[in-house]
Amino acid sequence: MSTDNNDETRNPSRRRFLQSSAMAGAGLIAGAGAASAAAPDPLITEVQDWASVFGDPVDATPYGMPIHFEEHVVRRNVEWLTESTASSINFTPIHALEGTITPQGVAFERHHSGAIELSKPDYRLMINGLVDRPLVFTFEDLLRFPRAMTTAFCECAANGGMEWGGAQLEGVQFTQGMIHNMEYTGVMLRDLLSESGVKPEGKWIYVEGHDASSNGRSIPLEKAMDDVMVAFFANGEALRKEHGYPVRLVVPGWEGNMWIKWLRRIGVYDQAVESREETSKYTDLMPDGRARKWTWVMDAKSVITSPSPQAPIRHGKGPLVITGLAWSGNGKIDRVDVSLDGGRNWQEARITGDARPKALTRFHLDIDWDGSELFLQSRAIDDTGYVQPTKQALREIRGLNNVYHNNGIQTWWVKADGEVENVEIA
Amino acid sequence: MSKSRNSAFAALLAAGLVAGPALAEPLGIGREALPEEIAAWDVAVLPDGTGLREGSGDVETGDELFAEHCASCHGDFAEGLDSWPSLAGGAGSLNDPRPVKTIGSYWPYLSTVYDYVHRSMPFGNAQVLSVDDTYAITAFLLYSNGLVEDDFVLTHENFTDIAMPNAEGFYPDDRPETEYVQFSTEPCMTDCIPGAPEITKRAAELKVTPTEEDGTPAGTLPVISAAADAG
Repeated sequence: MSTDNNDETRNPSRRRFLQSSAMAGAGLIAGAGAASAAAPDPLITEVQDWASVFGDPVDATPYGMPIHFEEHVVRRNVEWLTESTASSINFTPIHALEGTITPQGVAFERHHSGAIELSKPDYRLMINGLVDRPLVFTFEDLLRFPRAMTTAFCECAANGGMEWGGAQLEGVQFTQGMIHNMEYTGVMLRDLLSESGVKPEGKWIYVEGHDASSNGRSIPLEKAMDDVMVAFFANGEALRKEHGYPVRLVVPGWEGNMWIKWLRRIGVYDQAVESREETSKYTDLMPDGRARKWTWVMDAKSVITSPSPQAPIRHGKGPLVITGLAWSGNGKIDRVDVSLDGGRNWQEARITGDARPKALTRFHLDIDWDGSELFLQSRAIDDTGYVQPTKQALREIRGLNNVYHNNGIQTWWVKADGEVENVEIA
Repeated sequence: MSKSRNSAFAALLAAGLVAGPALAEPLGIGREALPEEIAAWDVAVLPDGTGLREGSGDVETGDELFAEHCASCHGDFAEGLDSWPSLAGGAGSLNDPRPVKTIGSYWPYLSTVYDYVHRSMPFGNAQVLSVDDTYAITAFLLYSNGLVEDDFVLTHENFTDIAMPNAEGFYPDDRPETEYVQFSTEPCMTDCIPGAPEITKRAAELKVTPTEEDGTPAGTLPVISAAADAG
């Protein structure tokens, strides 16, 4: 195990002394212009333990975990949301992450009957239904198909759903954290389907998992033959158990519920199965009492991840980095605008790194904060020309009984002391 | 590989639906699925009755099975306990401020009830209900919703005769027509809204967010500024 705590236990009195003298020195003063130090910083002028003695040896952590200073960067759940944590959701700590790739260990989980343990030797995948040849593949079989890679966001259709009626949860982890973005390696579903041979009357596939919920979903054949992947690596390593080890479906741009984990069977049909997950759930109740179904695509959306309620501004006025994420299930992010005054005026943010279709895109805006209150908002524009709407614009169309597909603009109220609240404004 | 497979794939290719390099010929990977294996795993039941197995079950038997397997979460009358789903009631509530979406009020197809009960329920002990058990529980759920009488027997033969009340209540995604057009105009950049922002809702006032011991939202980043790091 790690020996990360040793510097505390080895010489606690020395460490306490160093910390208090650092404070007394007031080495860093918030504010505009370069600060000046009243006294030399002992962290610089004195030889520190870590600059003198050994750190951890190479055999200390065969599989490395984040250093304990980062132990707050974890998935979190909201107990009152569900009756059972076996059929529940947790949230990615996006307020604490940067870049675009989500480490598997903090990527949100949604299970309908818990994360199951299924080994590669025990793994089977069946393709049957309207095919010329129903087939069974082992995990080893899948490794012999031509391999493909894709980077894609996976967003729960209910991401932001608790905010539909108004601001409810304090923190971007809870309001927009049912999302992750990984680089997948696997085989294209179309290659598996062509191995079985889809009959002309086959228009839909139905995909289901090995777990007790099976969580089946119908997908039109056009999508199945386009960009859907049967993945077994994520971010360069095997899928984690909670992400469907050893095999999951990747359905770029479409709601996370369709990304079947522990993929067991692909049935080919002439119609949608109309399973529980695509009728009772994941349908969108409209004001007239009817409901939209087959609302698969996740529309363009963005959110500022910092500052945010869990990431307040503590450094005072002056240079401030505003950072956030944008994505679209319909294509590539073209532009992200940020408003500091609750949507009165907007400026274009900088897209940092690549903007890939159906993948998380990072944006930044560097400002000189004058210390006055802000109403931060961001809005994404994708390459179809779609502009992320306000929550109110969505409510005017969909009413108040919608739950899924809330891609409305988020407002963060930054107060003069740097604390941040989740608010709605008029 | 048969001709029909190749022609189907060629049609997709012609329609431009295949984005990347496609395999011209099967690679011969995998093995044929046996009929017993397909029967074990392909349990899907579709709205037109595809996949139904021969069998039957009556309301009274369903009531007993429901009490044994389901009532601890869904209540004796399928009304739902705590936040577990209500399976009965809610008729006519779908455009109320608090709609009650149940099998009777919301679910469009009876096949969905059978399919889900058979494959995914009871929660935590799935796939223990026989075909006849599932017909019986499905019959009981119809009865709980006032859709059949207490002497009703559901079978594979009368299954597709049952029309659910909300069968016509769904329509395919129309966002491209009803939303995308409206949301695809060039956005305003300056002086878009008159007046100063006025706060209408504060999440902080609801106090439903998990918190740290100090009352800040769970996961709040720790203080890292050097001057304040004397803890």
